This record gives sequence, structure tokens and C-alpha cells, in this order.
Amino acid sequence: MSEEQRKVDQAGVDELYAEAEHWHVNTGGETIHAKRVPGKWRNLKWLGNAVWLIFFLGPYLRWGGRQAVLFDIPERQFHIFGLTVLPQDFWMLSLILLFFALLLAVSTALVGRVWCGFFCFQTVWTDIYTWIEDKLEGNPQQRRKLEKAPLDGRKLRIKLTKHALWLIIAVLTGISFAAWFTDAFVLWGQIATLQASTVVWVVIAMFTAGTYLLAGFMREQACFWLCPYARIQGVMVDKATALPTYDYRRGEPRGRVKKGESETNRTTGDCIDCNQCVAVCPTGVDIRQGQQEGCITCALCLDACDTVMDKLGRDRGLIRYMSLEELEGKQPVPLWKRGRVWVYTGIMSIALAGVAYGISTISSLELKVLHERQPLFVLQSDGSVQNKYTLKILNKTNFDMEVAISAEGLEGMVLVGAEKPVTAHSSNVTATTVFLRVPREELESDSQPVVFHIRNLKNEQFGAERESVFVGPRH
Amino acid sequence: MTDKVFPGESNTGHVWDDNLRELTNDPPRWWTIAFWASVIWWIVYGIIYPTWPVSLEGANKGLLGWTQIQEYQQGVAEIQAVRAEFEDQIKAKSAKEILADPGLTDYTVASAKVLFGDNCAACHAAGGAGNPGFPVLADDNWIYGGSIETIQQSITLGRQGVMTSHGKILSGQEIDALANLAVNLSQGKSDPEGMTLFTQKGCIACHGPEGKGMQVLGSANLTDSIWRFMPGGFESAKYTITHGVNDGTDPQTREAQMPSFKDRLDEAAIKKLAVYVYQLGGGQ
Repeated sequence: MSEEQRKVDQAGVDELYAEAEHWHVNTGGETIHAKRVPGKWRNLKWLGNAVWLIFFLGPYLRWGGRQAVLFDIPERQFHIFGLTVLPQDFWMLSLILLFFALLLAVSTALVGRVWCGFFCFQTVWTDIYTWIEDKLEGNPQQRRKLEKAPLDGRKLRIKLTKHALWLIIAVLTGISFAAWFTDAFVLWGQIATLQASTVVWVVIAMFTAGTYLLAGFMREQACFWLCPYARIQGVMVDKATALPTYDYRRGEPRGRVKKGESETNRTTGDCIDCNQCVAVCPTGVDIRQGQQEGCITCALCLDACDTVMDKLGRDRGLIRYMSLEELEGKQPVPLWKRGRVWVYTGIMSIALAGVAYGISTISSLELKVLHERQPLFVLQSDGSVQNKYTLKILNKTNFDMEVAISAEGLEGMVLVGAEKPVTAHSSNVTATTVFLRVPREELESDSQPVVFHIRNLKNEQFGAERESVFVGPRH
Repeated sequence: MTDKVFPGESNTGHVWDDNLRELTNDPPRWWTIAFWASVIWWIVYGIIYPTWPVSLEGANKGLLGWTQIQEYQQGVAEIQAVRAEFEDQIKAKSAKEILADPGLTDYTVASAKVLFGDNCAACHAAGGAGNPGFPVLADDNWIYGGSIETIQQSITLGRQGVMTSHGKILSGQEIDALANLAVNLSQGKSDPEGMTLFTQKGCIACHGPEGKGMQVLGSANLTDSIWRFMPGGFESAKYTITHGVNDGTDPQTREAQMPSFKDRLDEAAIKKLAVYVYQLGGGQ
């Protein structure tokens, strides 16, 4: 082996060591104690967190004598303010899901994991839990010290208070979740008197345990190892996606500030290697190594770095929202020139239009007609052919309706069994059996279309129709 | 020997392919916990559930005294408790009263569907569609009457069709003329000559002066479009006139028998079936 080759090998090994340093992945062996630094992005995160107040307070809104938003599973009715959706209208749900799936995709394509960083229940609840921890146990240094300290009265008091508060939030989370599916005020009454159903107790217990464990202990590990969205984000991000990015052109070579060194003749970049960006990171990554799987783009490192830059009198934005293209010195592509934006927006518009169409045409009365198959038709004594139909009248309103049934389509057709109006019960399907009779000589083929109509006798605006077939002997 | 090769490592001493060896490490803690938990589970299960074969008769009874048949019976009792509300009403009410109550009728029809499949559909086909030789129940033609009471009576006591075999009583010409009459009547055409023969030969005794049949006797209405014996038409009518129905003297006679269900089904089940059959074609 020549001397020269030896040198090359050494360089390769050094490279591997350097890379290994970057491969540090927090596998939960350590608890991350992130520092909390105030700033613009911190305030935005609070705003994002505040969206979840809807989850806690929403069930107590009332609308027309009942809970404004109530997903009543036993009754199979879904009330959203004035709108009542029955399982029959659930095709709209798929469009809503499509819309939100693409909203996730388009927001990720434009500004990265904005859901993870600002809105996701996992990061929001973790943020609240660590905020409580920060208030009770102090800053990260004090917390680490307390961790190592022997168990004494003070430590016990602090820890018990913390876990009690965590559990209260966890229980409230469970109860709030249950409150969307049953009347919230009744639910509290049942809980207070210990008369809630098993399902309610199980739901609350599961949510309490889940919240307590996930936000209290799993924390960023849930994003690392549990969450599928965190894994698929890679395909949604492209070079034009604006992400919290360390401007290495400005920052490198990083170096500590030397006493007495003037700003004008320093040899280092803007980064002073103070590690504040790492200290505030809730998932424990170093943003200066570039975009990585642990980063949930919460932008808290932006606040930390800006604070430091302010202290030094250097320009803010050493870490800032920036795309890979910008980092490489290219002009960012305007939104309207990006194919993804157009495709995503197109599909989202279609989904929204479908939902809008669904809601505007949602009918209060629906008719289904089931043609009897055994037998398909019956010859009557007067020589006519009789078909039997089961009409299923769905009344989505909250009042009973007197409904008249009629049918048309064939010459000489007689409707039997619908002489009296049928009472269509509210929020229910009412089934009724009717017969159609047609003289045999009027039949032109063995299967001809007929149309059934129903209309409310008191209010003509409620009505529905449905096509079916009239079957006769083979021609 | 292996200790020399792999110092400080506790292994079983077996080494394959230079370095592949079996270590004597303890199994993981979680595995040990799960193992002993399973053992405890197995013992507890063996005590509270029937498990150990103690004699040729079977296993021990277990502390809980649990048996499969008990669990099954509990399940049956549960469903019967749900049905009891309706079943009690069906027992207490007449078939006509059941029909007057739409909710009870719905329950009756739903539960009678199974009874009909088990007891009736073999001849009358699913939905009462009928089979050759067995009447359609879904139409408006009722040989013995279509009121709910007569339907219930037909199921309870059964029915026996009767028509004399006329092959030896009438001439071939006369039979042809009468068969023609049956075709004409079913199509609403008048046939005075045939009617004269019909009256002379005594057909009116059972089928009535106008050939409309008598439900008390179960004689067919000849003036409607429905044929009791399929496929209907001249040949069918001729065969029926020649050989009769249930006439023991003629081996080729047509059969028309409805068995009595009095001893096979209880009164409530027959009531249910009557309601079911009644609503098939709309009833009378």
C-alpha cells in the first residue's frame, strides 16, 4: 500500500465520521427539554394552538334547541348547525376528506409541514404539556437538574402537580371528544352522577391514556416513529417549498464571538455557534444540517436565532423560511407558475364544488323503489298484470309528513295500495307496499319504465320521484 | 475452547462456520413476563372453566359453571325478550286485528317470511309465485276465498280439491265443446252453445250458473284469466274435464291437495302465515 493511498483512505474515514455526526437521531433515550424563546413564530404557534379551543368549546354551542354540532351515531344523524346529514348523504364526506387531504398536500408543497408545526394535536398538546413543565420546573437546565435530584418533598410536590395538571387536560380532552357525539350538557350530568354508558367511559379512558402518554412521554417520538404523515412529507416537498432553512452562505464558517474582535474584520460567518436553535427545538434537531426528518417546521429556531442576531446587531433571518432554490441563489418561482399548485387547487375546487352541490340539493324527502322479484309479476283475474313495489320514503326533516304516492308511465296503469296518504316519520325510513296493474294488451315489452312520485300534502315543496320498471310476460 | 475464541462470552460451546454460536443470554424481560403471565392465565382458566378430563363422562365443571348450551340459551332468551312484546300481541289478537296494526303487521310479515320458506315455498314458491299445479298466492284469485279468516282456515285445516273425472261420462265431442267454453269464458267471449251444454251436463252444480265458481266448494272461477292448472288453455281444460281432480277412480286425475298445518304449527305461527299470504297479493 502506497503512502498516497493511505492519505486518501484517511480522508474517507474522516468524511464518514463527519457524516455519522449528522446521523444523530433521537430515539427516545433522552428527554428533550426545549427552551422557550418569545418571538413572532412563538406567537403564531400560540394562535395555531388556539384553533383547538374549538375542540374544547364547540360542543357547548346550541342551535335550535339542540347541540349545534352533534354526530349522533346511535340515531345515525349528523347535525351541523341547521344542516342535518344522514348516512345517505355520506358521499359528501369522501369529498370533504379529499379536500382536506389535498389541503394538507398543497400546504406542505408550499410551506412544508405547517400542519405538524402549528396545528397537529400531537405537537399542540405536547407544547401545552411542556409549557406547564416549564412553568413548574423551570428552564431546561433546572429541569435536567430536577431530573437528577433525589426525591424530596419539593420534587415530589412539583412532579405531582405537573402530572395532575397533565391528567386534568387529558381527561378534559377525552370528555370533549365524547361531547361531539352526545349532548355535552347531558354528558357532564352523566359523568357527575357516574351514570354514563360503558362506551363513554371507554372513550374517555382511552383518550385520557392516549393524551397523557403521547403528549407527556412520547412527544416528538410520536412524530419520529408513529406518524405516517411525517414519513410521506418527503414526496410533497420540492425545491420550491419554503422551509425554515439555515442560510449557510451567510452563516459559515461558524465561529464563536471573540472578545474584542470588531465586526468589520472578523473571519467567521454570521453563525456564532451558540446552539440556541438546537436548544429551542422541540424535536431536538440541528437545523443547520439542513432539512431532515425530525424537523416539524415549527419555526421556533427562527425566533431563537433572530434574538441572538439582534443582540449582536447582525441582520435577522440567518435561519428563515426559504426554499432550496432560493438558498442556491435562484429566483423563487411564482405560485401561478407551479404545476402542483394548479393541480392541487383544481382537485380541491372540484371537491368543494361537489360538496356545495350536495348541500344545496340535499333533499328533505327521498324515495327508493324496490321492485318485488319473487314473483316479478303476477297475472290478475281480470287479465291485467300486477307488479309489487316496496317504497322506502326517507324523511330527513324533524317533523312527520303526510305523503301522497302517485305513479305514471304506462297507459291504463292502476296504482293499488296508495289510496290513503302515508305518514313519513321524521328522520326515518318509512316502508310501504304498493301494486301497479296494467292491462296485458297495453304492455309493449317485458320491461318498461315507470316513475313513482311522492309529495307532501301540506307543503308542495317537499317531494321526490324515482324511476322503476314494470315487468310483464315475455313478448 | 470457544471461550478462548470469544472470551468473556457465555455460549453453549457450539460453534458453526467459525463464528456462528448459540449464546446463553436470558430471554428478554418482556418475553419472560409474558410467558409467566400466560402460565398464570392457563392455570386460572383451568380452574374457572371446564378443562380437565376427570372421568369418561367429561371434564370438570369449572368454578363458573359455564357451559356452551347455557350461553346459547341465554342468547335465545335475549332475542325472545325482544320479540315477546310482539309475540304476545300476536297470540292475543286475531289475524284481522294484527292486520289493522301496521307496526305489528310489519313484524308479522318479517317473521313469517321464514315460516313461509320452511313450510309453504316448496309448493307455492318463494313470494307465493306459484308452481305448475300449485296456486299462485300473490294474485287476486282466491279459490277458497281471500279474506284473512278463510286463508287462516285453509292453512289450519288444509284443502282438498274435488272434480269428477268426466272421461267416461261425456263424449269426446262434448268434452271438446266444454273445454272450448272454458277458453272462451276466460277471454270474456260469449258461447251460448257451450253454456247450454254446461247447464245440461250439471257443471253448474259446482261452477255456478255463470261459471264463476263457488269459494265455499273451492270450484274454480272459469270466467277470469287465471288458470288453476297451468299452462291453461284448451288442452289443459280438456285434461281436467276428462280426468277430474282428486278422483280416485281415474289414475290420471289431477292432484290438488293442501295439507293441514294444524298439527305442525301452533296457532300463532298459522296466524302469522295467514297475514303473510294475505299481504302477498293485497288480499280481499
